[in-house]
Amino acid sequence: MLVNEAWLKEFVNYSMPIDELTAKLTMAGLEVDSVEPAAAEFSGVVVGEVLSVEAHPNADKLRLCKVSVGSETLDIVCGASNVREGLRIPVATVGAVLPGNFKIKPSKLRGEPSNGMLCSEEELGLADSADGLMELPADAPIGDNIRDYLQLDDTIIEVDLTPNRADCLSIEGVAREIACFTGEALIAQSVGDIAPTIDDVVSVKVDVPEDCPRYLGRVIKGLDRSVPTPIWMQEKLRRCGERSLGPLVDVTNYVLLELGQPLHTFDLNKIDGDIVVRRARSNEILELLNEQKIELDDDVLLIADEHKALAFAGVMGGAQSAVNDETTDIFLECAFFTPISIAGKSRKFGLHTDASHRFERGVDPELCYRALNRAIELLTSIAGGEVGPLTDATSANTLPTSNVVPFRYERIQRVLGVQLDEDVVESYFTSLGMTVEKSTGEWLVTAPSYRFDMAIEADLIEEVARLYGYDNLPQNSLNISGSLASVEERKQPLDRIKDLLVDLGYQEAITYSFTDEKSLELLTPNADVYKLQNPISSDLSTMRTTLWAGLLKVMDANIKRNEETVRFFETGLTFVVENGTLKQEQVLAMLATGQAQPEQWGDASRAIDFYDVKHDVESILALNGLAADYQFKSGEHNALHPGQTAELTNSVGEHVGYIGLLHPALESDFDIKKPVYLVELKQQFIQIKDIPVFHAVSKYPPVRRDLALIVDEKLHVNEIVDYIYKQYELVNEVIVFDIYQGKGIETGRKSVALGLILQDKSKTLVEQEVEELIATLLKSISALFDAQLRE
Amino acid sequence: MDNSLENIVEQAEKELMSADSLSVVEDIRVSYLGKKGVFTRQMKTLGSLSPEERPKVGAVINQAKQKFQALLEQRKTELETALLAKRLTEETIDVTLPGRGQSVGGVHPVTRTMRRIEQIFNRIGFDVAMGPEVEDDFHNFEALNIPSHHPARAMHDTFYFDEHTLLRTHTSPVQIRVMENQEPPLKVIAPGRVYRCDSDITHTPMFHQVEGFVVDKNINFADLKGVISEFLKAFFEKDVKIRFRPSYFPFTEPSAEVDIECVMCEGEGCRVCGRTGWLEVLGCGMIHPEVFRHIKIDSDEYTGFAFGMGVERLTMLRYKINDLRLFFENDLKFLKQFN
Repeated sequence: MLVNEAWLKEFVNYSMPIDELTAKLTMAGLEVDSVEPAAAEFSGVVVGEVLSVEAHPNADKLRLCKVSVGSETLDIVCGASNVREGLRIPVATVGAVLPGNFKIKPSKLRGEPSNGMLCSEEELGLADSADGLMELPADAPIGDNIRDYLQLDDTIIEVDLTPNRADCLSIEGVAREIACFTGEALIAQSVGDIAPTIDDVVSVKVDVPEDCPRYLGRVIKGLDRSVPTPIWMQEKLRRCGERSLGPLVDVTNYVLLELGQPLHTFDLNKIDGDIVVRRARSNEILELLNEQKIELDDDVLLIADEHKALAFAGVMGGAQSAVNDETTDIFLECAFFTPISIAGKSRKFGLHTDASHRFERGVDPELCYRALNRAIELLTSIAGGEVGPLTDATSANTLPTSNVVPFRYERIQRVLGVQLDEDVVESYFTSLGMTVEKSTGEWLVTAPSYRFDMAIEADLIEEVARLYGYDNLPQNSLNISGSLASVEERKQPLDRIKDLLVDLGYQEAITYSFTDEKSLELLTPNADVYKLQNPISSDLSTMRTTLWAGLLKVMDANIKRNEETVRFFETGLTFVVENGTLKQEQVLAMLATGQAQPEQWGDASRAIDFYDVKHDVESILALNGLAADYQFKSGEHNALHPGQTAELTNSVGEHVGYIGLLHPALESDFDIKKPVYLVELKQQFIQIKDIPVFHAVSKYPPVRRDLALIVDEKLHVNEIVDYIYKQYELVNEVIVFDIYQGKGIETGRKSVALGLILQDKSKTLVEQEVEELIATLLKSISALFDAQLRE
Repeated sequence: MDNSLENIVEQAEKELMSADSLSVVEDIRVSYLGKKGVFTRQMKTLGSLSPEERPKVGAVINQAKQKFQALLEQRKTELETALLAKRLTEETIDVTLPGRGQSVGGVHPVTRTMRRIEQIFNRIGFDVAMGPEVEDDFHNFEALNIPSHHPARAMHDTFYFDEHTLLRTHTSPVQIRVMENQEPPLKVIAPGRVYRCDSDITHTPMFHQVEGFVVDKNINFADLKGVISEFLKAFFEKDVKIRFRPSYFPFTEPSAEVDIECVMCEGEGCRVCGRTGWLEVLGCGMIHPEVFRHIKIDSDEYTGFAFGMGVERLTMLRYKINDLRLFFENDLKFLKQFN
């Protein structure tokens, strides 16, 4: 919200410099976002009057003007379309400096002398754009400096108000706060009751007093529409961010800014009979002032007459009852709508207005009378007119009652940690306009009607903290009470796994949890997706069912930036609908493509393959000390190459995740030209760590025997390895040290070279024992796996 | 020593000097000292001498033999030294060539900051809690004293799935979930992803927060000020100037925004701090009695404070990153700067 200092000073006569004021406002909870001068720097501009206008001999669009600036008459060439005899305008005289350090010098325009410049609001830095000269009132004193005349040496303060401080959504409200922390008195702007001069009334019937406890209105007839808004009012509106749109609109905006009360003006002649305040009917249509047609529902509060909807109460007026340039007779509405009846409505229809902003946060219900009088006083002083008697539809039993809040003095110490004298606390309350009734134990604090945010004790404690000053409140080191908790050794911290992947050359990515539906359909066609109702865009519309969608996009972007090798991992939730309920599951995903090692001298370069990535997964399992508990077997996944997919399961056969090569059929969908290996593992199954149990180390020497076996090329080597481990206790380790196909090996077969490490716990193995074991082993393997010893 | 022995030693020395490898030296040793060697044969001649002459001649032969052995050792050392020198020359490499092997990756800068935050709070005994990201209206809003028509909902541009289900707009619902399941005293932080339906130069639809809260019998605003001040000083590793100013959150009262002196201009006023010299870094306050009421904690007996901070913002300030959007582009050239 914008407020200007000059207007504030009409309400409170403070003397501190602007920097101090803004610091105080900020520290009082009224955060100052910016401080700007009311007008940019300029000098040498005075009020002038156009005495004559003649055509320029050499230019169609230019005029030769004689302009009086009091002390002299100047020849000035002007191109503005609204220049005319008798008009008073700002004149930049020779020597003037306009915003942007633009200096005015005597010159010739198309051969005609020009000693100065007639200015628009834009040229004076008072508006972002203008379509002609700034027109000053006919009584603007010729020769006066324009900065003095418009009182431009003023400051505009932008205050960012929190939703609880609706009482500060006005000049008077902010001034009230300033009065409170400076100790200056608030200058009362008394407005007397305005006596009616005519009898015209519009009756008001409130069907929903719980939504509209108070509705005031008065008829004004015979307004003079030829009169413009006075320049002082225009200037105040401008400084607070409102455009001048003629007195009828300007006056209601002015009162809204000054006192915080939204008002609405109806064209009297467009109202049919009585006014009815009611809920809209389902599907009732209202055409708004901004020409938007909205379809209402019965939760919308409506101002209607006997035949039609007139206005969206508290939000925006309707087109059919709107005032226009011909309107001379009006009905001026000033009502109190309850926050709950307005809240959320403007957002629902995308209609955020100054009125809805205030009503949904709350307006002082007692303000209506004063605000209506103020508006009528201003309007009739500008445009004359005859005023009818007040229509007052107030329902006393639905009107908010004044807030009496019980308060326990000792809670100050308890919550704020500071001991304050009772007198100090009481003085804070009274300075905020509250009354305090002290009794033993509990105080009863009554807040003024504009502090409707005071509802519970905590609200009062906050006010005490605010007035004492947050910076003055004490500060402690936290007094820790607590016991030592156990450290779950069976759980591998995710950070440790992340660090391992980092050491293995992976970079962590963080991608959005939502992505495009198509990618997910391609990667996980069988998963039921969870979709946002209001996504930012269709690209970010669906919750991810796999982290691969994000990683593939990030990979693509990096490859387009000329990265050759990309290794990423990401951790986070996947979102899949299973049996109608959403499952949010923590996973770890990896992606690798490019070269197995960074380009380097020495070793030949080689592309990353399945086994590189498998090694990285095995490293995680090894880190947990549980590698032997997991099984890799051929798996199937829609996104992965059927011949290069492994499913990982744990010791009880639970699905842990997949490793594999992106399916070649998906390469073009993801714009991928090189093999990409993908991993996705469920965190809950890989964050389990073994607690080791010691076993004695064998003192006897190990023996190694190497075997080369020829087997079917489709045989999974781990079947033999697992078999050996299971059947031969003496075999401590099986190393697969070579796989060979080609010359010397029959087509369809492969040679598998195994290194067996044998060791006994209690004795040295003798040659004969080893030979016998190998012989049995070979015999059973040959039979079971159709293997033969390679000679 | 007689002439013949002198000749033998002389001959041996010649042979040794011309030997160019240790194996040749070994052959020479055998030919002189071996079973059939020259000196062995000489010793055998002693048997034919008289007992008086024997020791004399024996001594002479031994002297010659020792001289030979000395020559032999000397030559052996010379050859070994030469051999080692040759090996060292041959094995000399260019130590300035780059090392080989896998390169090291890194964690995301957001993770880096979250870890630092967690470490700082872990030191004084805060536990880490997590919660779901798809939340219900009750935990994200209602229990936090933000009823459906509350204007504060406008401050949270919420992503919805249906009327009651949404993406959490802050990590505060974890506060509710922890308090529903655990009894005070509580000291918890809850880091995680949060979502707001907003995307422009200073907003991304997803970002990270760390929520923290403490509930016990004697917790007050002074404790809150202490924890937050100590945290910010620890995080920035600097005695950074801090101010608490009144603000509003529906789930705390009194509420405060916390500003630190601008780390870019040190309070002078610059573009980053909007020329105020201050940077807003977190929001906090005493837990609202209404929040306690929702989860059935007696607010007369217990008090508590809560705070929430934006991880990206702290990361940007710490590492002087000037564009929020960089975090989710995952450009390796950006990410690797934090390895």
